[in-house]
Amino acid sequence: MMLDRRSILKTALAAGAASVWDAPIRFAFANVPGDRRFVVVILRGALDGLAAVPPHGDPDYQSVRGKLALDTTGTNALHDLDGQFGLHPSLLNMKGMWDAKELIVFHNIASPYRDRSHFDGQAMLESGGESHALGDGWLNRALKPMGLADGDGALAIAASPPLMLEGSAKVSSWLPAVMPEPDLAFLKRVSALYAKDPVLRASLAQAIDTEAKADAAMDDKPKTAQQMAQRVGAYGDLTPLFAGAGRLLARDDGPRVAVLDASGWDTHVNEGAGDGQLARRLRTLDAGLDAMKSALGPAWKKTAVVMATEFGRTVAPNGGGGTDHGTAGAAFLFGGAVAGGKVEAEWVGLKPSVLKDGRDQPPRTDLRAVFKGVLADHMGMARRDLDNTVFPDSGGVAAMGPLFAA
Amino acid sequence: MSLEAAVAVHRFGLGARPGEIGSVGPKPRAWLMGQLDSGADQPQPLDGGPAFLPGGTLVSQLLAYRRERQMERKEANPPDPVKMFFKVLGQQFLREMAARMALGFTTQKPFAEQLVWFWSNHFTVSATNPAAITLVAAFEREAIRPNIAGTFEDMLLASTRHPAMQLYLDNAQNIGPDSLAGLIAHKGLNENLGRELMELHTLGVDGGYTQADVIALAKILTGWSLDKDGGTTGFHYYPARHEPGDIVLRGKTYSGGEEAGIQALKDLAHDPATARHIAGKFAVHFIADDPPAESVARLEASFNRTGGNLRALAETAVNDPAAWKPGPGKMRSPMEYTTAALRIVGWPQGGDRDKQVKSVMAATKMMGEFPMLAPSPKGWPDVSEAWSGPDALLNRIEWAKELGNRIPPNVDAVAVADEGMGPLLGADTRAAMKSAATPGDAVALLLSSPEFQRR
Repeated sequence: MMLDRRSILKTALAAGAASVWDAPIRFAFANVPGDRRFVVVILRGALDGLAAVPPHGDPDYQSVRGKLALDTTGTNALHDLDGQFGLHPSLLNMKGMWDAKELIVFHNIASPYRDRSHFDGQAMLESGGESHALGDGWLNRALKPMGLADGDGALAIAASPPLMLEGSAKVSSWLPAVMPEPDLAFLKRVSALYAKDPVLRASLAQAIDTEAKADAAMDDKPKTAQQMAQRVGAYGDLTPLFAGAGRLLARDDGPRVAVLDASGWDTHVNEGAGDGQLARRLRTLDAGLDAMKSALGPAWKKTAVVMATEFGRTVAPNGGGGTDHGTAGAAFLFGGAVAGGKVEAEWVGLKPSVLKDGRDQPPRTDLRAVFKGVLADHMGMARRDLDNTVFPDSGGVAAMGPLFAA
Repeated sequence: MSLEAAVAVHRFGLGARPGEIGSVGPKPRAWLMGQLDSGADQPQPLDGGPAFLPGGTLVSQLLAYRRERQMERKEANPPDPVKMFFKVLGQQFLREMAARMALGFTTQKPFAEQLVWFWSNHFTVSATNPAAITLVAAFEREAIRPNIAGTFEDMLLASTRHPAMQLYLDNAQNIGPDSLAGLIAHKGLNENLGRELMELHTLGVDGGYTQADVIALAKILTGWSLDKDGGTTGFHYYPARHEPGDIVLRGKTYSGGEEAGIQALKDLAHDPATARHIAGKFAVHFIADDPPAESVARLEASFNRTGGNLRALAETAVNDPAAWKPGPGKMRSPMEYTTAALRIVGWPQGGDRDKQVKSVMAATKMMGEFPMLAPSPKGWPDVSEAWSGPDALLNRIEWAKELGNRIPPNVDAVAVADEGMGPLLGADTRAAMKSAATPGDAVALLLSSPEFQRR
């Protein structure tokens, strides 16, 4: 009988057997701020903030949004939050977090980027630059002060880390395998060939270790590489990625910081309202977030997740039933550690006269204030590091708070 | 087979095809430089279909599509033109990239091809920008390939003036605020190309320029855009969009018009900071992640002395003793890795070539790289640590095993390794291959081995 690598690992782990594949615990927590988890979900493609967080109490909402306006009653009704704002009907699990006071919603929020290019917008969001994008990511720069720069503390759910985690501090990366795996004996033989190549040897050992930790997330593994490729990925089903991340983060010896990507928000055409293209994508996201929460288990109580996009979209629909690139939009902070149940927004209405360039949501809150608030209050970072290293020249942007229970 | 021949093939080339190391002859340096005499090859369609289109034609198609879409938008119930268009474009892009991959698998001029890849990455245009999808392949064919043994100035001009670069770095929308077009349409500057030209393409981030210089160069490049009629090149200069008046860039006054931009690019191409920046990147690519200072200095001196002659630059690298040090070299990038694997097994050997290449492309992407699809204008990273991450490495080994499974049972895998690696094949790897159960397993071990992962 031919066992695949993961079955063998599972058996070995279950029996508590010590083998070369049962790697020793390599995570040291001396410098880690307690056992808190910090996750960033990057929504690439520019999420329509007015669809995700409809300001249904605004007197102009229905008229400016036209056929993109969401119903407040009926089968596809939005979830009301506070009479003024709501959540898209697809975001059922997020509504559950709101009810549990684990969700803060931000509106009219944006990075310092003021143009409308996806690439530049993402580069600004991820690098944390003040006036232009930097070569490395703000979260990477935060790893050293957090004591997480040894490669095991931060994880990208990607083949190679996105810009937000790129830089001089070491990070790890993981994706569900999309190929039938070679057998254990083969990996052993390859590992023996790496005896004199410390870099490859360490990397392979860590890969096997990470795979083992992710093992439990693999139960519903698709049969073929093609099935997997169709099913999973930033543009496809998010649940395997988010559940895998949650399981890794849940472990005592797992990473403390993770970055995930979810794409598919660039809704220029046929966006839809309560049902349609964006509604389906939001449902996928909502399911992924719930899977991550479940996988985190008790660690959820120690977790903060920030979910942000590179910029918002135009307030009014365009001629194709969609929205074009805008400026400010919505962002989210949630997790068991968050003191939630509130909307943070400097709301000025939706009249053309208050919109940026007469078309976009005006940027009234700097996203970096949220990131700084989480890094300061949840991950215990010093203001000096935040203002100078993590977000250079950002002294004028105060960390937002309180976002967590004291 | 000499060690130097093997190093030439693996470090400067793309890995050995069957018989390649033996064919290098007694003068590996001359073998390498001889490849540049007739320039780089052009990729040919794998499917035997129509030839690849020139940039000008592609621009006219793109603009015609945009006009069509505007019309459709005005109608009540438009189809989903974006999806349809990009589906077609995606296919065209894949078709060109498959041809480019296959050229790497088979080319007899692997050093020329390595140089194409290097310069293409230096002047990154990426299909991550949907507008540029149509044009990135044409960019490499038209701006990079003809210039790898020419001058840096020519390549810089060809790159900057190519419609792909104009689109990718947004200069097509860069309009002088005080120009006629700017005043009428209330449009303004887009600094993207101006910044990246200095930061990435020429001077380097510490090369001595300020935000004011970025704005100045952006102003100088106003009016450079796509040819609304397509034309032969797809590039056109529109005087009505050009910012009027004298513009001061790094202390020198440029007095307007298209010629000002050309002169500014020439000045940047010949700046000592550019020589330093290019020398550093070239050394990192061909010598080591952390190259000796004297190697960088030699390249820099060559660039300055020859006015940026790229053949001379390549020759300086080829003649550098540090580049011939055997032993653990740079980690192959995913493109280099899958290419070297397909070369050593002697691809193609029957079957549907198009399908095979596309499958290799998918694997390469999973390992973290894809041609003309870099995540940012900085291009793909060029140091080992970018490619040796745990997930990426496991993907390589898993793919090597998959490739091994395709190896027929009558193949003498050790002979393949001896022929393809020469003296670079380590005793441990050879021994492990000999004791492998099947030739496929043996080849998978070879492709997983450290000496094959590195170049």
